[in-house]
Amino acid sequence: MSNLLSLITFIPLVAALVLAVLSRGDSKDTQLNVKYLALAATVFTFVASLVLLSGFDPNFTGFQFVEERKWLLGMQYKMGVDGISILFVLLITFTMPLVIVASWNVTYRIKEYMIAFLVLETLMIGVFCALDLVLFYMFFEAGLIPMFLIIGIWGGKARIYASFKFFLYTFLGSVLMLVAMVAMFSEAGTTDIVRLINYKFSSETVTVFGFQVVGGAQTLMWIAFFASFAVKMPMWPVHTWLPDAHVQAPTAGSVVLAAILLKLGGYGFLRFSLPMFPIASDLLAPLVFWLSAIAIVYTSLVALAQHDMKKLIAYSSVAHMGYVTMGIFTANQQGVDGAIFQMISHGFISGALFLCVGVIYDRMHTRDIDAYGGLINRMPSYALIFLFFTMANVGLPGTSGFVGEFLTLMGIFQVNTWVALFATSGVILSAAYALWLYRRVVLGDLIKESLKSITDMGTREKVIFVPLIAMTLLLGVYPALVLDVIGPSVAALVETYHSTVDAHFLMSAAVSTASE
Amino acid sequence: MTSNDFFILLPEIIISLYAMLALVIFVYTGKDKHASLSIWLTSGVFLIVAAVVGLNDNTSSTAFNGMFIDDAFSRFVKVVILLAAAVVLVMGQDYAAKRDMLKFEYPLLVAFSVVGMMVMVSAGSLMTLYMGLELQSLALYVIAAFRRDSAKSTEAGLKYFVLGALSSGLLLYGSSLVYGFAGTVKFDGILEATGSGNLSMGLLLGLVFVISGLAFKVSAAPFHMWAPDVYEGAPTPVTAFFATAPKMAAMGLFARVVHDAFGGVVNEWQQIVAVLSIISMFLGAIAAIGQTDIKRLMAYSSIAHMGFALMGLASGTVFGVQAMLIYMTIYVSMNIGTFAFILSMERNGEPVSDLSALNMYSKQEPLKAICFLALMFSMAGVPPLIGFFGKFYVLRAAYEAGLAWLAIAGVIASVIGAFYYIRIVYLMYFGEEIEKLDVSGSRRLTAVLAISALLMISGTFFSLFGIESLASIAAGSLAN
Repeated sequence: MSNLLSLITFIPLVAALVLAVLSRGDSKDTQLNVKYLALAATVFTFVASLVLLSGFDPNFTGFQFVEERKWLLGMQYKMGVDGISILFVLLITFTMPLVIVASWNVTYRIKEYMIAFLVLETLMIGVFCALDLVLFYMFFEAGLIPMFLIIGIWGGKARIYASFKFFLYTFLGSVLMLVAMVAMFSEAGTTDIVRLINYKFSSETVTVFGFQVVGGAQTLMWIAFFASFAVKMPMWPVHTWLPDAHVQAPTAGSVVLAAILLKLGGYGFLRFSLPMFPIASDLLAPLVFWLSAIAIVYTSLVALAQHDMKKLIAYSSVAHMGYVTMGIFTANQQGVDGAIFQMISHGFISGALFLCVGVIYDRMHTRDIDAYGGLINRMPSYALIFLFFTMANVGLPGTSGFVGEFLTLMGIFQVNTWVALFATSGVILSAAYALWLYRRVVLGDLIKESLKSITDMGTREKVIFVPLIAMTLLLGVYPALVLDVIGPSVAALVETYHSTVDAHFLMSAAVSTASE
Repeated sequence: MTSNDFFILLPEIIISLYAMLALVIFVYTGKDKHASLSIWLTSGVFLIVAAVVGLNDNTSSTAFNGMFIDDAFSRFVKVVILLAAAVVLVMGQDYAAKRDMLKFEYPLLVAFSVVGMMVMVSAGSLMTLYMGLELQSLALYVIAAFRRDSAKSTEAGLKYFVLGALSSGLLLYGSSLVYGFAGTVKFDGILEATGSGNLSMGLLLGLVFVISGLAFKVSAAPFHMWAPDVYEGAPTPVTAFFATAPKMAAMGLFARVVHDAFGGVVNEWQQIVAVLSIISMFLGAIAAIGQTDIKRLMAYSSIAHMGFALMGLASGTVFGVQAMLIYMTIYVSMNIGTFAFILSMERNGEPVSDLSALNMYSKQEPLKAICFLALMFSMAGVPPLIGFFGKFYVLRAAYEAGLAWLAIAGVIASVIGAFYYIRIVYLMYFGEEIEKLDVSGSRRLTAVLAISALLMISGTFFSLFGIESLASIAAGSLAN
């Protein structure tokens, strides 16, 4: 199967085209057919990605399943996965069927809805498989279109504001990255990511408009990429689009946003910033550390003050992504391992939390925390599931949330103890807002009149959570499942990174001694 | 040698003869009864000539002592002009028929302006340039005011005429200065005179005036004032024509002049063109935000697009010209689709150009809405639509010429510009429900729209249909 990656990437798109062309009318049967077709396509993609995983050799640190075809301007259609990207592909294909099932009750423009999600799946998988700079950018940017429509058409009351903010914010970040990509293309003469990783971009100090830029071209390009990925992550202080987008997006949109789209930024840092601009990364790592530490503490505090459940979880996502950025730029095995682990585990946990909110939102049509209370009396199974994911979000040992946080904190402790101290305080704060949210929504007496007739979760709703619970527990007690796959690739990345940085600083030290 | 000279001009001669003959024949036969025939015939002639020009072998030759140049560059631009003109003519027929403005002269005037454009891009001297430009402009002034009974249309025609005359004056003044100081009007002579790299004050002044005149024609800011009024006032089929073929021709002419005549002094005009580019991009992006009329909006959008095309030109390299050609070709194909959509906007049989009429259009006609969505995102430069590649090429050209600041400014302008394109998408997909537009009866417009949208999407998969290498050959044939 030499075309396996393309197959996985484009099955959802083909399904979307089939839906667009063949599905007519708006009757109940058509709606059901549309849903079943979307579900079948996503499940099939998941199965195909399992085949991919089984054929993947973790000990080989290069790219596998590589496909290459000529394209215009010396660019190429090149796909491939390595230890860093393959699990994200799995995360996407795993999440999408759940997203489809979670939107089973959508009736408004169901055909377009499913098409948007299927197209989005293709584009997201493409981002993680692309091995060409411009191809990567295309998948990365094109994802804005379906997401813009998902928030705008199926979103809440302030959806227009949220969708515009989402689009323009992320677009601004990405176009700066585009300029850097053009620069890289001109410098290195290729857009092949594999060759770019091996290409040494200049790090000579340059002067731009009278400012001395240490690290030269690397620093400038690093900043341009940072502009894009920091917005996507999102990092403090450019995170403000996320709460709006989350609150206004439909439940399924929130799940995709939290579980997958936020990971694009982290993946970008791992694929571009660290290996291609190692010297700039080394120079600017302290900046990332402190931004992450601020993000962890500040957004946790902001989360404490929220009245809207989705907003609270959105801010908690920003805080958790702080661990990821921090871990990535420690550039040691634990830190980077932890960052990837945290991203994957956050995919399950935050996705599940948004689904939890969706469950009660579908019943009460409000996300206001004050409108709830004492749900445990009428919804025992909901209370249990919500408790589980609240604990996972806090990072309780035994759940996957713990492993990621622990590893990243261990990584950062070796590099910068102060940042580690601040970041660790975030663990306490996350316990505070998560448990307080749980107490206000689920515990206590059921006194609100409107809640007296609320029903517990149905079978469909429970089924969605089963795989998520299983994965969270499994990864919590047996993290080697992930770490074995990513480990060798991360080790190779870290090793090249350090040898380049060491060589550079040895050389500049030698130059300065010689000149004395 | 004269017979050979005429042979090189054959495409222009064919169209001119056709247009004059048809004018006489239609006047003496049925007049406006044959208007549709006239449209189809003219389009047919355009297509045939496009085939003749396009299938020509790759040689460069000059006629009349170098006054007229036939090379790969002029052929590339001419083919785009002819195809665009042919499609736009056919597109506007139903609209014109409904509004009782189906006159047989209209396609013939278009034919004359197309001859002018072809002469423009083949110009080898300042005289040929001016002749082509005026032939084109005079025909365009008339068709801008084609709805004689409409105050807006006549106003548009008059405005266009006065400002166009002003720009021609600037251009002529610049040409006379160049002639005076270089001693020749021929491009190769000017190239020789400026070859040493230092420009005398007179030549520099002449260059600035010539560029100002050309900037008027491409409607680059700050010489753009006529564009919004003319776009809005002119009948929509005419606006569609304005937005496509003449823009391509003017950009071709621009590239021809700065490279063929002033290719030795790139540094002198690079700054001017870069400043025109940056002002156009920002003005087009910002001024369009407040527009409520879709035709006016398209005028500002075209100003912004001209800014991007000029960015390619500002690089002063062969790759820059290639990037500009690719950008313009993509621009023309996007605009044809967009205007096919605008032409089909009607309510109770009356043309509508108010943006708010698009509210919830997607519910009414999902197919057309999705096509228009693809065009809007392509205009905004969002991949995978091919509008992105146009931007990618010009950004690369600018960066490689050391104009990284221009590239950064350009992408920021494109984000601002993205706002109004996605606002149209927002209106169509999640606006409020209001009085609906008519469900369009014109299959032709829907077909053009759908094909244009399909090109936007499929261009990525088919490597831009090979225009990259054609544009590369074309750019390579310019003197510099």
